[in-house]
Amino acid sequence: MKSRLALLTASLCATTLLSACGGAQSGSRDQIRAVGSSTVYPFAKAVADSLAKSNSAIKSPIIESTGTGAGMKLFCAGVGVQFPDIENASRRMKKSEYEDCAKNGVDKIVEIQVGLDGVAFAEAKGGLGLKLTPEDIYKALAANPYGKPNSAKTWKDVNPAFPAEPILVYGPPSTSGTRDALKELILTKGCDADAAMKALKDSDKEQHDKVCTEVRSDGAYVDSGENDNLIVQKLEANPKAVGIFGFSYLEENSDKLMGLTIGGVTPTYASISDFSYPGARPLFIYVKAAHLDAIKGLREFVAEWAKSWGKDGLLAKQGMVVSPDAVQAKSAKTASEFTLLDAADLK
Amino acid sequence: MSDPAALRLKRRYAAERRFKVLGMAAVLFSGLVLAFLLFSMTANAIGGFKRAELRFELDLTSGVLTVDPAQLRGPDAQDALKGAGLPDVVAFAAARELGDAGAAEVEDGAWREVAARIVRDPVLLAGKFTVSLPASDDLAAALRGDAHKELQPLASRLADEGKLASAFDWGFLSRGDATGPQDVGIWGALKGSILTMAVTLALAFPVGVLAAVYLEEFSGRNRWAEMIEVSINNLAAVPSIIFGLLGLAVFLGLFPNWRSAPLIGGMTLALMTMPVIVISARNALKAVPPSIRDAALAVGASRVQTVFHHVLPLAMPGILTGTIIGMARALGETAPLLMIGMRAFVATPPEGLTSPATVLPVQIFLWSDEIDRGFVERTSAAIIVLLLFLLAMNGLAIYLRNRFEKRW
Repeated sequence: MKSRLALLTASLCATTLLSACGGAQSGSRDQIRAVGSSTVYPFAKAVADSLAKSNSAIKSPIIESTGTGAGMKLFCAGVGVQFPDIENASRRMKKSEYEDCAKNGVDKIVEIQVGLDGVAFAEAKGGLGLKLTPEDIYKALAANPYGKPNSAKTWKDVNPAFPAEPILVYGPPSTSGTRDALKELILTKGCDADAAMKALKDSDKEQHDKVCTEVRSDGAYVDSGENDNLIVQKLEANPKAVGIFGFSYLEENSDKLMGLTIGGVTPTYASISDFSYPGARPLFIYVKAAHLDAIKGLREFVAEWAKSWGKDGLLAKQGMVVSPDAVQAKSAKTASEFTLLDAADLK
Repeated sequence: MSDPAALRLKRRYAAERRFKVLGMAAVLFSGLVLAFLLFSMTANAIGGFKRAELRFELDLTSGVLTVDPAQLRGPDAQDALKGAGLPDVVAFAAARELGDAGAAEVEDGAWREVAARIVRDPVLLAGKFTVSLPASDDLAAALRGDAHKELQPLASRLADEGKLASAFDWGFLSRGDATGPQDVGIWGALKGSILTMAVTLALAFPVGVLAAVYLEEFSGRNRWAEMIEVSINNLAAVPSIIFGLLGLAVFLGLFPNWRSAPLIGGMTLALMTMPVIVISARNALKAVPPSIRDAALAVGASRVQTVFHHVLPLAMPGILTGTIIGMARALGETAPLLMIGMRAFVATPPEGLTSPATVLPVQIFLWSDEIDRGFVERTSAAIIVLLLFLLAMNGLAIYLRNRFEKRW
């Protein structure tokens, strides 16, 4: 028994010792680390996978899905091997975040827009031709619009200018990133048009989120799985239905479908890329310039992104909305020259 | 016998019967739930352990590949084969055997599996053999019949010709995470779990047992001991996410380099497991009859000798039971590990305690979030692997417990 105890103590000491020596070594890291948005996560994963497959000298990057905000905090914590090299973001970096970064010595950041994420509302050609606003969409789809149970059965109940046709919307399930974008970009916007809701946001954020983003489940909104092609087929079969899906599917099926205007703006590449269309948001990666030479494979990883974000690229296959050519060209330039982000551009 | 008494007796019997029926119903219900769970998991998991493979013949007898055999033994064997044109040879053979449409659905990096086979068996370099390569995710979905209608004619044609089949995927147990359901594997997460559990056990078991021995056998009863006892009981009831925050603040604060490392994960889970071990070990030590201690002391053993030669071995079965419970909880834990960065895409299985890793429950969580339907089956398969690992761990503990068990 005595010897066993000694063994245990020895192993315990070994573990502590190991921690002690490891802590002192600040060493190097041979794997890229990226943190951030869960929307960008699947795309980053695909790029990482493709890099590791095509270049056996580079170990597959570690991608952590923390959410954009939490990722920014980690990314901005400092320069060094213990901090991530890349932040995946589904929105632009905020000025306050940049200042936080700069305070910790992370003032050389490369911002690269890798693509767009858009929620398109569409119907079959010859459909109802609704001219939607975020408020209309919110009133039609929310479980409890402005806190009261949703009683709207037809589009006319939502807005007297609309025809008296039953509301039938095919959209993404709650696990989908498109659903998140729908909540953030459209529903919350329509919800906040009401002053009482805006006030609620400050007093009870949880209740506000619940009222503003919960989607009705009485049959007017139909979860259509992750397969956007299926929604396209259903819309063709029923011209009076409305579909919600990634913008690239609308583009692909433009012979059968037409995009619905939101607030008077039709979803097109141009309107999504200049954000006049409310359902659009850009996806970014932020690269720490100070790490470019220190971390092996970081340049290659960024180059792999540039290779993948084209129209026929890997990321479009994964379902990302491809950025317009001008943005792509600009991003490609940034990705090859590592142009630094100018803080004055940020809001 | 008077009527009221008979009535009371009848009522008592009825109450007894009711209780029996309720108890049986409860057992039956939990049994059914368990059976349903296992059945649906296994039914799904069978598909998850398989993958759609395209089979065709690869003829290298004409000597199209010229590679120095010495290079095949080196670390750059894959690159050497790539340089010699293996990817093109595989693509060409696929096109000839499967048609262009079929060849397009061979997974992109599939030639690597051929390369690995050649490296294992260099004789194949000039031979003719059948390869079974993973089909693309789209073709796999078409074979299952749940998406990609346009590929379904191709899938059924190839399946009829015997060139496309769902085969048991041994690689699932030896690969790491990947993007497509056709190339994922569970080994990365399993290894991460094994390493994490090893650290947890190495820290929590000795510390927990020694703390229990000291509190039970040496400290005596005073105010400090009571305070420590209360603290430990409270610690055992703290929600696991709190330990995650603690791990983030303390361990990652001390060793920021080791985000996502099994060492940090194991240390965090050890904090969570230790109180459970202390409590069960104290109860086990209490259950050892005082006569054993008295006897040992009476023949002149010191207190340390009494404890380590007699009391602790007798308490071991009880301590091990507590350890199983604590470790099983730690194995299934996700929440604290999310905080310390183990929720990550880690394609390379961890090489050691300090390389980034993920663990089985987190991997299951990540896969269940995936868009591709192929991941549903893979997730079930991962759950089965987790259950088997748990079973193996418990089996070992039960074996040890039975070995230590003494009756008097």
